[in-house]
Amino acid sequence: MNKRKNPLLHMGFSVLILSLLLGACATPTTEAPKPTEAPKATVAPAATAAPTAAPTAIPITRGKGGTLKILYWQAPTILNRHLAVGTKDADSSRLVLEPLAAFGPDAKPVAVLAAEVPTLDNGGVSKDLMTITWKLKQGVKWSDGSDFSADDVVFTFDYAINKDTAATTAANYNNIAKVEALDKNTVKVTWKSPNPSYYVAFVASGGAILQKKQFADWIGAKAKDAPGNLKPIGTGPYKIREFKPGDVVVYDMNENYRDLSKPFFKEVQFKGGGDAVTAARAVFQTGDFDYAWNLQVEAAVLAQLITTGGKGEHVAVPSNSIERIMVNFANPDPALGDKRAEPDQKHPFLSDLKVRQAFAMAVDRKTIAEQLYGPQGKATCNYIVGAADVTSTNTDKMEVCTYNIDKANALLEEAGWKKGADGIRAKGTVKMSVVFQTSVNAARQKQQEIVKAGWEKIGVKVELKAIPATVYFDSSAAQPDNINHFYADFQMYANSVAPPERTPDLELWTTPFIAQKANQWRLTNLNRYSNPEFDKLFDTYLKEIDPVKRAALVIKLNDFLIADVALIPLVARAGPNSGRGKDLKGVVPNAWDSEMWNIADWSK
Amino acid sequence: MRTYILRRVFTAIPTLLVISIVIFTILAAAPGDPLSQLALNPEVPPEVRENLRRALGLDDPWHIRYFKWMASMARGEFGYSFSSHIPVIELVKQRLPNTLAVVGVAYFIAALFALPIGVLSAVRQYSFFDQVATTFAFIGVCAPTFFTGLLFILIFSVKLQWFPFIYDTTLKVEDFDTLLKQIKQSIMPISVLALFQMGQLTRFTRASVLENLPMDYVRTAWAKGLPERVVVFRHVFPNSLIPVVTLIALSMPNIFAGAIITEQIFRVNGIGELLITSTLNNDTPVVMGLTFIYSALVVFFNLVADIIYGFLDPRIVYD
Repeated sequence: MNKRKNPLLHMGFSVLILSLLLGACATPTTEAPKPTEAPKATVAPAATAAPTAAPTAIPITRGKGGTLKILYWQAPTILNRHLAVGTKDADSSRLVLEPLAAFGPDAKPVAVLAAEVPTLDNGGVSKDLMTITWKLKQGVKWSDGSDFSADDVVFTFDYAINKDTAATTAANYNNIAKVEALDKNTVKVTWKSPNPSYYVAFVASGGAILQKKQFADWIGAKAKDAPGNLKPIGTGPYKIREFKPGDVVVYDMNENYRDLSKPFFKEVQFKGGGDAVTAARAVFQTGDFDYAWNLQVEAAVLAQLITTGGKGEHVAVPSNSIERIMVNFANPDPALGDKRAEPDQKHPFLSDLKVRQAFAMAVDRKTIAEQLYGPQGKATCNYIVGAADVTSTNTDKMEVCTYNIDKANALLEEAGWKKGADGIRAKGTVKMSVVFQTSVNAARQKQQEIVKAGWEKIGVKVELKAIPATVYFDSSAAQPDNINHFYADFQMYANSVAPPERTPDLELWTTPFIAQKANQWRLTNLNRYSNPEFDKLFDTYLKEIDPVKRAALVIKLNDFLIADVALIPLVARAGPNSGRGKDLKGVVPNAWDSEMWNIADWSK
Repeated sequence: MRTYILRRVFTAIPTLLVISIVIFTILAAAPGDPLSQLALNPEVPPEVRENLRRALGLDDPWHIRYFKWMASMARGEFGYSFSSHIPVIELVKQRLPNTLAVVGVAYFIAALFALPIGVLSAVRQYSFFDQVATTFAFIGVCAPTFFTGLLFILIFSVKLQWFPFIYDTTLKVEDFDTLLKQIKQSIMPISVLALFQMGQLTRFTRASVLENLPMDYVRTAWAKGLPERVVVFRHVFPNSLIPVVTLIALSMPNIFAGAIITEQIFRVNGIGELLITSTLNNDTPVVMGLTFIYSALVVFFNLVADIIYGFLDPRIVYD
């Protein structure tokens, strides 16, 4: 009964079994194709007809489909767009709540609830840019059968602008003096001052119209308790059957939807949670889901999943989200104590244009884009990327946008920074040593390594810092590690994908917007950048009314910032960066609006 | 016994109070911002964020916020989530069925299989059955759930395409078809968890039985000529069960906490997933609510374990 067997036998057996199991899954990883062989991102045919154009002799296909399964790796937690905190909430509510107009893939507005898009030409926008008049579609109904009217639009304005509602979309309606319903189907918006950006209100994701009847009692401080937050009634192609916050939303087809031939699917399941890699697997390898959002997966892994899986396609178009390195024009030296990174403390070497140029020319953005992003991004040297008329073609020719280590070294020598015995450049008692910070993210850490390698080649000592995202983007005044304090020489992040309106992105380079201790670092000019020439040019842009001249000024402002090396752009990220099943039709990638912007048109 | 129970209940209250203060202080001191998702969104300027912060009551100093929380707890309200603005209790009610369906079943299966396997392993020590059971117990304990979970997904979902790996929480079991679907989608997360639990429980049961087998009363039973079945199940098993039952009772609260990693991997979206996403999002009311419930359950099941122990072992007397 006391047979003593060798305990090593147990271990040997376990190791054997484990290695067999590991062997079973070893094969997929050895077949990784090189990033250059990744399948090209699908570019769906440009949207020709707006969703509202009356289809000519299209057979009725409403409800012919089964269930559409969508997977986001962040789960929706609230369905009221005006209280939503993240893209997941904005997108999941877009199936139900619609704006007056959407932004199409070409960054131009497309009528949704409006009968047509008001412009200067058709008189919808007044010549003095003080008013815009929206004519609404006739006969549109809410999903509960009641009529949609201009009163709902006016109510949405009152709801969003109410300070106690604490709507996240409030900024879109800030400039408005009043919104009136001229009749049941006409809404007139009057601005506080002439406004050349007249599509900022009621358009795209932030313009979702709420039903007055449903939310009338829930305006102000009571807003967060509204039952409609979890089950809003909308005009969209679907209505909500079941919502488990943080988990899944189940939608049924809206029988009162205005287009009788849509939507195709009878039911939609919008699931959230997990991570991006398994989401990619679910679309590309197992076909369990039809659409997966934001596949922030390493380029090589994603390419392998797509080719070995064979069940899906990558959906990506360049967006205006730019991954960039921000230059600190103030001195973040901890020895300065309270005065750390204050605008009056000039940076010891980054205030010199030649030095900044050298740093810019030692950044290899091409390698970063190809190795780390693949089809998910494109190397760029522009700050403003968007529609053709606002995207500069001049920066590609600028010397500061090339990767040239020799020229960079030469510039630093010219500026008087000589290499010391340890290989680090110095001038007098100041050594060229920098701290480069970003958020904790595998791809970002790799980007940091590539940049560090380049800067070390020009004799700079680089210290890398990685901060957890919730801390890095925490805006409170007490958090020293956030981007607002900028207690580093360089920091890297990307802006969220934004609608075509560019003014907030440009205004944050002007002197009045400098973030500092006095304003608790609340303002948006985090670089402490102050250039009177730029301020003057920006003023000219603000006053400019002619849209063509305006667009040209955007390009000029962009070129100014790049030439002055106020920042070092790296990659224009793809947005959307998603996956769809091969049999899913009608998906039109759109960088300017929600990924669900034309979900009524999807079919199989 | 009654006075013992009452005494334990009374000491539980200050325990829970101290736990809640400690957790709240840690959460308040931790860096991180429920509104950090809005940081880089150009549509949400700083003034709007400040307004949101004020609306959520994040402006007040932490001790004020703690007292506000205590006051609502005393009324039985656990507060509202920062991100979805629904009562925490609602969230818990929605998530609990998912957790019970997967984690609860896994624990039940683990216990169901581990006990007989452990007993058999001990009775047939060093036999082939014992070697195999021990090996799998080692694998179960050593291989972390994220490893086995991913392995199962790759083998059974991707390669063999047998099972879906994304759990559908909207599936309602009404007929045989949906029951089959439910089994298919939960078999992977359940086996991942059960494997892990079984490892521990098997080894523990085996050790407990082995401790009892050489005892004098067992020798007496053998000497009296009783069949093996009677010796093992009527004499050895109940006595070996004492430490095992206490172990099971003490791990009951873990069902509520959910299996955080497994729930994330398979998107079961139960309590564990809620806890981790709320912690990462700094959703204080939810975290406070969940940890408070969890602490209450731990205190409660500790009491239950002690009482069961008192019943099973006649040598223990409480006063």
